[in-house]
Amino acid sequence: MTDEELIAKFVAGDRTCLRELVGRHHQAVLQVARYYAGQRAEDVAQETWLAVCRGAKNFAGRSSFKTWLLTICANRARDMGYRESRHLSIDLSDSVAADRFSAGGAWLTAPVPFADRLADQDERAAILALVRRSLADLGEPTRTVVTLRDVEGLDTREVAEILHLSEGNVRVLLHRGRAAIRSTIEAEGGQS
Amino acid sequence: MSLFTRDLACRQAVALISDYLENGLTGRERRRLERHLAGCGACTAYLEQMKETIALTGTVTVEDVGQEALDELVEVYLRFLDDEAAE
Repeated sequence: MTDEELIAKFVAGDRTCLRELVGRHHQAVLQVARYYAGQRAEDVAQETWLAVCRGAKNFAGRSSFKTWLLTICANRARDMGYRESRHLSIDLSDSVAADRFSAGGAWLTAPVPFADRLADQDERAAILALVRRSLADLGEPTRTVVTLRDVEGLDTREVAEILHLSEGNVRVLLHRGRAAIRSTIEAEGGQS
Repeated sequence: MSLFTRDLACRQAVALISDYLENGLTGRERRRLERHLAGCGACTAYLEQMKETIALTGTVTVEDVGQEALDELVEVYLRFLDDEAAE
């Protein structure tokens, strides 16, 4: 059943649907709550779900349920006085190690796509564990941006609106985060 | 090649790949990058790696909050709603 069907059933009185929605989305809510409120994220998440319960009948389907939910989370955090307080510093270091290139900027050793490694089930599982670890190791706000865009599947504009960032900054942070994860996978295969 | 068209170096091209995948390049930047990719197997392989990285990241499931913890949370929300309705 889709999120939108679940929230409609909840509004119609089926309270069990709330359990399913919380199960699906509590981690994403916590991620956005952490972005704004750090260690007070649980408080923001709780306020978010209460606001969803109270306002479920107002969900009009103009966006996906997930976007609506995470926008409520961002608004609740801001209403509670939390702001994205960290100074947004963009790391301008190379996304690929400089020693991979010649003085003229050409690759010294060409990258190798991961397809062959991913075809091996054991290696695929090991790579997935690396991706999970690498994502967790990203600093903020990069981790939240990559999580919302690449794990949760929101588009760049939605991520920018929820995190109160410009779309340009979202793209820069996405680039840094994806490049870091790619490097980790590659390094495990012998290149970096 | 036109005197007014500078080729991208690979190092510059890789810096544009993520924006390329996000449709965040201007038409001119996109054309320059695609021209470079058409003649560069190494950067095409890098583009493939980035697509694979994004697809892999999309399969990550963040660690579950325990089922019991979720049940407790939901119970709290529903009780709160009942209390509000009763007031």
